Amino acid sequence: MKCVGFLKIGMVLAGGVWLMAGAAQADQSIIVQSTTSTQNSGLYKHLLPIFKDKTGIQVNVVAVGTGQAIKNARNCDGDVLLVHAKPAEEKFVEDGYGVKRSDLMYNDFIIVGPQSDPAKVAGMKSAPEALKKIAGAEANFASRGDNSGTHKKEKRLWKASGIDPASASGKWYRETGSGMGATLNTGVGMGAYVMTDRATWISFKNKGDFKILVEGDDDLFNQYGIILVNPKKCPNVKQAEGQKFIDWLVSKDGQKAIGDYKLGGKQLFFPNADKGQS
Amino acid sequence: MQDFGQAFSLAFHLLWTADADLMEIIGLSLRVSLIAMAVSCAIALPIGAALGMSRFRGRGALIILLNAMMGLPPVVVGLCVYLMLSRAGPFGWLGLLYTPTAMIIAQSILITPIIAALSRQVIEDLHGEYAEQFRSMCVPVRTAIATLLWDARYSLLTVALAGFGRAVAEVGAVIIVGGNIDHLTRVMTTAIALETSKGDLALALALGMVLLLIALVINAGVMALRMTATRYSYA
Repeated sequence: MKCVGFLKIGMVLAGGVWLMAGAAQADQSIIVQSTTSTQNSGLYKHLLPIFKDKTGIQVNVVAVGTGQAIKNARNCDGDVLLVHAKPAEEKFVEDGYGVKRSDLMYNDFIIVGPQSDPAKVAGMKSAPEALKKIAGAEANFASRGDNSGTHKKEKRLWKASGIDPASASGKWYRETGSGMGATLNTGVGMGAYVMTDRATWISFKNKGDFKILVEGDDDLFNQYGIILVNPKKCPNVKQAEGQKFIDWLVSKDGQKAIGDYKLGGKQLFFPNADKGQS
Repeated sequence: MQDFGQAFSLAFHLLWTADADLMEIIGLSLRVSLIAMAVSCAIALPIGAALGMSRFRGRGALIILLNAMMGLPPVVVGLCVYLMLSRAGPFGWLGLLYTPTAMIIAQSILITPIIAALSRQVIEDLHGEYAEQFRSMCVPVRTAIATLLWDARYSLLTVALAGFGRAVAEVGAVIIVGGNIDHLTRVMTTAIALETSKGDLALALALGMVLLLIALVINAGVMALRMTATRYSYA
């Protein structure tokens, strides 16, 4: 008899679970697959309420590495993709998964390291030259190692420096295989150089004695792009709402909102949607 | 480490001011993990009881498998549930990915083997005492299972709590299937992971302390309930 009771409990629970699922779906909302740098810097906390006030659309951000964000979007698990790895983004559109890619904003990458600066790279401008010196000194370098936008950029810079750090993996070249923040924590912990985007660095709170050592090279430019996932490939994409979000971000209002976001008096992202759509 | 002192005062401050974001996160953590626990109990307790009181070929192997599954890595469970619920997966049409429901499913899968395996042991021990009576009174199997579960209810409460503890403390599964979306699928553990990645170690630690406190309150509550109930049953 009590077994029936269990069955009933099970059925009621299952019903409750379904109801909750229904409630979550009822809102007008979109899912944006995006990067940790935009999330950790607090940009979304600044932008999304403004957008919601204007349109009533709730934007749900899933912040993972660029590599995983693109993979998730390819699985149709998102309406909009906002990442920073232009070649990979273009391939995403080319393969038919994205409708169109628009430039959105930029900031730059920097190389941070301990005060003691064992490889003496402080003040250098050229990132590949600095990497060469770090490799020469066999000073610890913490890499994302997760195929994220930042990691892809880092690999391109190593290539430009003519050094293959993979052979030193596990020695002075340490691949953490995790997000930007986790890698910075690791880097600070073992006194290793880290390449990071400036937004994450400014908002990062566990800096220890680390400082920005290399910055200002054209090579370190970090462009963010935004793409609507193609409804032809993914019929579940909320096209109208997703497009509204993109249109707003690249509009004058949206661009101004991005530029207005400051942390400790410093601007973290620089809007550049009007320059060069692709 | 000044982080610890800072974390203590921060945890106290967050709770004292009943920080709205924190309350929302705590609420979701409790909702998801308690429902996962209830779902798992509904599935696992009858299985554990049936396995505890029956004898059949291959039972030993099944028990070993069940015990081994207590060590399911949350990340693997999360990944499997993600692949199932992804729009590209077989259950994509349900649209459950990145919802609390997906997190409940993942946690239920994670703790069902734990509750089944532990309750199997509890019931088996109890069945040793009851078996002869059941046989002499020709009690049907379903009634026997129900009786055993009922009479072992206090021990099983601890089993359920073990499951809840595992569910509420894991991060690997919920961060993949929930996506750690602010105001939608952010729970205590994913918030801790996020604050750690922001380098805000004091806040992360403070959240950890709050999580521990919640576990403490729940366990104390269950203990109190159990003591009251035992007192009444002997009165």
